[in-house]
This record gives sequence, C-alpha cells and structure tokens, in this order.
Amino acid sequence: MTILGPILMAGIGIVPIYLSMQKTETQKIEVIDESFLFTYMSKDSVQKGLIPENDQVHFDYPPISIQDARAGFYETEYDGILYIPKVVLNGGQNGINLFYKKQLSNQVQEHIAGELQKMIFNLMLAQNKVDVNFIKDAKEKSTFSMITTRVDEKGKDKKTNTGLNIAIGLICAFLIYFFIFMYGVQVMRGVMEEKTNRIVEVILSSVKPFQLMMGKIIGVALVGLTQFLLWVVFTGALYTVASATLLKNVDIKQIQQKEQVIKVGADLNYNQMKQNPKQNEITQLWNDFKGINMLEILLCFMFYFLGGYLMYSALFAAVGSAVDSEADTQQFMMPITIPLVLSFVVAQTIIQNPESSMAFWFSVVPLTSPIVMMVRLPFGVPAWEMWLSMSMLVLGFLFTTWLAARIYRTGILMYGKKVTWKELGKWLFYKG
Amino acid sequence: MNILSAKNIVKRYAGHTALNDVTVEIPEQSIYGLLGPNGAGKTSLIRIINQITGPDSGELYFMGEHLTQKHVEQIGYLPEERGLYKKMGVGEQALYLAQLKGMGKQEAKKKLKEWFEKFEMSAWWNKKVEELSKGMQQKVQFIVTVLHEPRLLILDEPFSGFDPINANLIKNEILDLKKKGSTILFSTHNMGSVEELCDNIALIHKSKKILDGSVKDIRKQYKSNVFELEFTGNMMGFTNAMWTGAELLEHTTDGEYNKARVKLLGKNSSNDLLQAIIPVAQIQSFREVVPSMNDIFIKVVGDKNILGTQSNFTE
Repeated sequence: MTILGPILMAGIGIVPIYLSMQKTETQKIEVIDESFLFTYMSKDSVQKGLIPENDQVHFDYPPISIQDARAGFYETEYDGILYIPKVVLNGGQNGINLFYKKQLSNQVQEHIAGELQKMIFNLMLAQNKVDVNFIKDAKEKSTFSMITTRVDEKGKDKKTNTGLNIAIGLICAFLIYFFIFMYGVQVMRGVMEEKTNRIVEVILSSVKPFQLMMGKIIGVALVGLTQFLLWVVFTGALYTVASATLLKNVDIKQIQQKEQVIKVGADLNYNQMKQNPKQNEITQLWNDFKGINMLEILLCFMFYFLGGYLMYSALFAAVGSAVDSEADTQQFMMPITIPLVLSFVVAQTIIQNPESSMAFWFSVVPLTSPIVMMVRLPFGVPAWEMWLSMSMLVLGFLFTTWLAARIYRTGILMYGKKVTWKELGKWLFYKG
Repeated sequence: MNILSAKNIVKRYAGHTALNDVTVEIPEQSIYGLLGPNGAGKTSLIRIINQITGPDSGELYFMGEHLTQKHVEQIGYLPEERGLYKKMGVGEQALYLAQLKGMGKQEAKKKLKEWFEKFEMSAWWNKKVEELSKGMQQKVQFIVTVLHEPRLLILDEPFSGFDPINANLIKNEILDLKKKGSTILFSTHNMGSVEELCDNIALIHKSKKILDGSVKDIRKQYKSNVFELEFTGNMMGFTNAMWTGAELLEHTTDGEYNKARVKLLGKNSSNDLLQAIIPVAQIQSFREVVPSMNDIFIKVVGDKNILGTQSNFTE
C-alpha cells in the first residue's frame, strides 16, 4: 500500500487529463448554409466559412443543396453534414441539424452548437441595433464577488472567504477521520496478532503491558506519519514525472483554460474570456488564503490529529486485547466507531453554522472534538474555547489510555472466553 | 542461597482464587519442578514470578532482593503456549527478542549464530517463521529463552511439541545449563522427566501448595514399607514364616520361582523380615519398593476432581 497508494493517487490525477488529450482525428463537416449568415462570397465567388474551427473540427462549404449532399453523403469523405435552414433567427435556429455517419464526439457537438449560438446571439443584437460593446461592458461591470468581513473582539476587521474556510475545514476533518480509522484499526490488528499467535507472553516477561501497548500505538503512529509523508512525496513526484512525459507537448494551464471556455460556451466574447476575470479571482483566492492563519491551522491539525489518534487507538488496542478473533470485534467496535462517524456527519452540518451551541459542545467533548474543531477552526474560534477543547482532549486521552491499559493487561492473557461488557468492567478493578 | 523466594502469594480473580497463600523457595543451581493438575494455579504462579501479573498479596525475592523489573534480564521464560511473529524473519526476530532482554545487538548476533550452528539450523536465519515446522519453531523459542544466559530459567511444559530426539536434545541442554550455574524452574505433567531431572518439587493443587521438598526426600517419605522379594522355595512356608510381621500384598509363582510384594507391619524392620524368611526360602533379590513420582502425584492429588477447577486462564 505504501508504494501502490501514490501510484493510484497520481493515476487518478493524470489519467483523465491524458485521456482528454488523446488526439481524435479531425472531423470534416460540410456546411450547407441556406441562410448565408455563416458564409460569404468573395469576388471570385468562392464560399468561405465564418464558423471558428479547432483541431477537432474542420468545415467545408460546398455550394450544393442539402438534398444532393445527403444523397452523396456516403460517397464523400465527410464525417458530417451541418444543415442550417434559411431562417435561423427568432426560433428558426431549431431547424439546425447535424447529420453524421458515425457518432461524433461530445466535444465536437458542443463546439458546433456553442459557436453557432454565440454567432446567432450577436446577430440578434445587431439586428435589433443593440450595441454589442455595451452589453459586453455592462456584463463585465456588473459582476462582482461579495466581500465578507469578520469583526473580531477588538473591533478589527478580518477578511474571510467562506468557501475557502469550508474547504480547508472539511479537508482537515476528513484527513483526521480517515487516519484515526485507518491507523486505529491497524493498532487493533497488531494487538490481536500478538495475542492470537501467543508471542505476547514472551514479550510481557520483558516489558510491562502498558509499555507494550503504548509502544504499539506510538509505533503505528510513526509508521502512519512515514507512510503519509511518502504518499505526499511519491504522489507529487509521480504526478510531475508522469505529466512531464505523458503530456509532453501540452501546457496544463492551457487545457484548463480551454475547458473553461468550452463550458462557458454561450458567453459574449470569446477572446475576453482568456484574460482578466479568472486571473483576478485566483489572486483574490490567494490573498484570502494568505489571510488565514495557516500556521495556527497546521499546529492545531497536528495537535488534534495526534490527540485524537492516541485517544482512539488506545480504545482500539483495548478491543484488540479483549477478543480472540476478528469476528468478535464487532460488538466492541460499535461504541468506538459511533462517535467517530457521528462527528464526521455532524461536522458537515456544523460547517453551515460554526458558532452554534451544537458546534460548541461537539468541539469540546473529547471523542468528537478532533474532527469537529478542525471544521470550526478556519472560521475563527475564541481562545478560551480552544484551550478548553484542547485540555479536554488531553484529559480524554489520559482517561482512555488508563481505561485501555486496564483492559489490555488482563485481556491480552485471556483466551478462549467470550468476553462480555460486564466482564470488561470487572477487569478495570483487578489489581496489578 | 535461594535464587527465588515467593512468600505467601495470593492471587484472586473474579469468582475464584488462583493462588492461596503459596510459598515456594527455589535453591540456586538446581532444577525445581512445579507440579499440579490442570487449573491448579501453576501458570498463575509462573506469571507472577515473571512479573507479567502482580500478586494480590505476598512477596517475591530474587537473590535476597525484592523482585523488580530490573531482574527480568536475569530471567528467561518459555511459556507453554508459545508463538512467534509469523511474518517476521527467524534471525531478525530472535535478535529483537534478545535485545528486549537487554542484550547488545552484536553480542546477541554472535551468540545466536553459535546456537543456530549447534542446533544445525543456520540455514533458517533468513526464513520466515511461518515457513518452519512446529518443532523448528520450538527450537527457535528455546534458543531465544536461554540466549541471554539467565540465572533463572522458567520453562512451562518445555517438552511438549518436541519429538523424542529433540526432547532429548533439550533435556541435555537443560542439564548443561544447570552445570553452568543456572537454576531451572519447570512446570510439567510428565512425571518421568521430574524424576529424571528435578532436585526439588512443589505440588500445587486447587490453588494451594500441598507438598514440597527434594525429590529424594519426598519419595522416601511416601514409601510405605513395601518390599519386593524373588525367591525359590515353598510359598506356603514363606507365608507361614511371615505370619504376623508382614502382610502379603501380591505374589506370582512360576514352579519353584516366586515373586512377592509384602508390606511390613508394626515396628518390624526389613532385617526382621529377612531373618524370618531365610530359613524357608532361597532369596534371589530383595529390594524396597520406592513409589514413583507418578504414584505420589496420584495419591496426593487423589482421584477427586483431577480435572481441576474451572479457570479463565490457560494452564
């Protein structure tokens, strides 16, 4: 998984781009333009086209009727016939028909429809004597993105970007959820392995049960961190290498811009799109990003990740020690997974309203705080709530570790008995 | 000096008492047998000596000092239910376990190589444990237990799982270790090996120690004045001669040749018996019947409840 993970991750990033870049053959389309709005005759009476082409579509404008074109369709090299009827404005555009032999790609169809729509739009403006430039101008000048500003206790303004905050909060919460689960179960498996293959008794003659348990938990944490770092590095490296070799001749930014353009399709001006507004938005996002205290978030992430992991993995270790086989883990896993899953579900509600009292309680109770607090953090959390939540987490960690250690030292040496909750309770009070 | 003294050890679990005021004194450089039926509390005692669990009350001394965590390096433990990490390499794992007992890596490696050669298993070094047979794994475990040359070696059913050849190999190693100064505490059901190896024993039954001492003394203590005679002569004359001094337990006759077991009565000695019989029979052999440990075990534990009390723990 250490090696396979990054390959899969990089693959997820690269394959779609690579596939979308696979050059399809240029489709040749003959245009029968009865309206003559998309064609013009020059002096030497050769028809020329006005519909923009790209590397996927090429248009020809043969001076023949649609009947002739259709009759001879299969004798020609053309992949399609684009028929434009005489009246094409004010509803007439519904008569535009694209005939083809073999299925034309979605991109080709979208390109044709999009370009025609733009041209018809401009034609209509011209027909009604509306200034194209005015529309362009008005549209440009009326777009804006609302500024949201947080006023803190000292009356200072703080620019925020709700979308960005949500994104950061959810990503952090998901990572913590994911890692607690993954490595917690790994701890449980490790404990069970030692118990079922009976090496535990030999080891316990050298070290204390508590040392063995904490060793396992810390060991898995270090494995996890190493794996995580390797993933980040490998994925990054693979992505760079693969995109450099596979997509040698393509500038990724260009692709993305093109995709944007295709999507917007019906917009006013083709050229204008390439330039400013997008650029502004990115700089704006970057500024907002800088506005967030990333160091604080990173430190809190580390704290809640470690605290949450230590707390939960102690419980997972206790479960692993109490059972003889994986099948028996179910009944004890439940109470551990429920708060974990619950906090992840609740986090998605809390993100809509990070200052509610529900948000407060869930971010203070140790079992849910690692995930819920991460969601609230980018929106700003009062210092005293942070301290309360953090101290509660430390207390929670100490308590669960104490609890787990008591169950562990008895359970790890107990074989062939189906353990009940009542039994677990008794183990807590055994001496030494 | 006693290498280990466990004094008045009590250990209770919910619902039952595993050890009830058990005192055990293990002399240095001896082999000490811990006997008892299943569920008697042997493993509980062994776990307490290994500091895997603690007693509810009672005290433990190692060479006169209070037993603490620092002594684990001087103790080697081979549990009855023993296992190894299956996916890990044999050599790597043995090194790890040796280091847990406080050995340096280089030293452990050197000694391991020696032991591996001695047991003709050098080729296994890089194999995974799961590729070895059960007997092979047992050998690895034995080596790991004794590698750090513990002063006290605790072996729980050491011979189970070994074929006779390997069992003999292990037996010789145990005797060799004793010669070199180690003390061995071992728990077993195999009374034959007790007679062969042990200097002292303790017998635990239903959480209590019911018998201890040197094997010689105990066997002496449990002999019941029974003698076995082989003689030629008249059986009738023989019984008449014994008359009041002894009781005939059993006899076999093969023509002139007789074999008889008699139990002395009252204060009569073996010499009195001989004097009475010499006139009537030609004695070929005369020996006292000393009870085997097996006999003693069965006699002491009795046939009541040999399967033992129920226990949560493996014995």
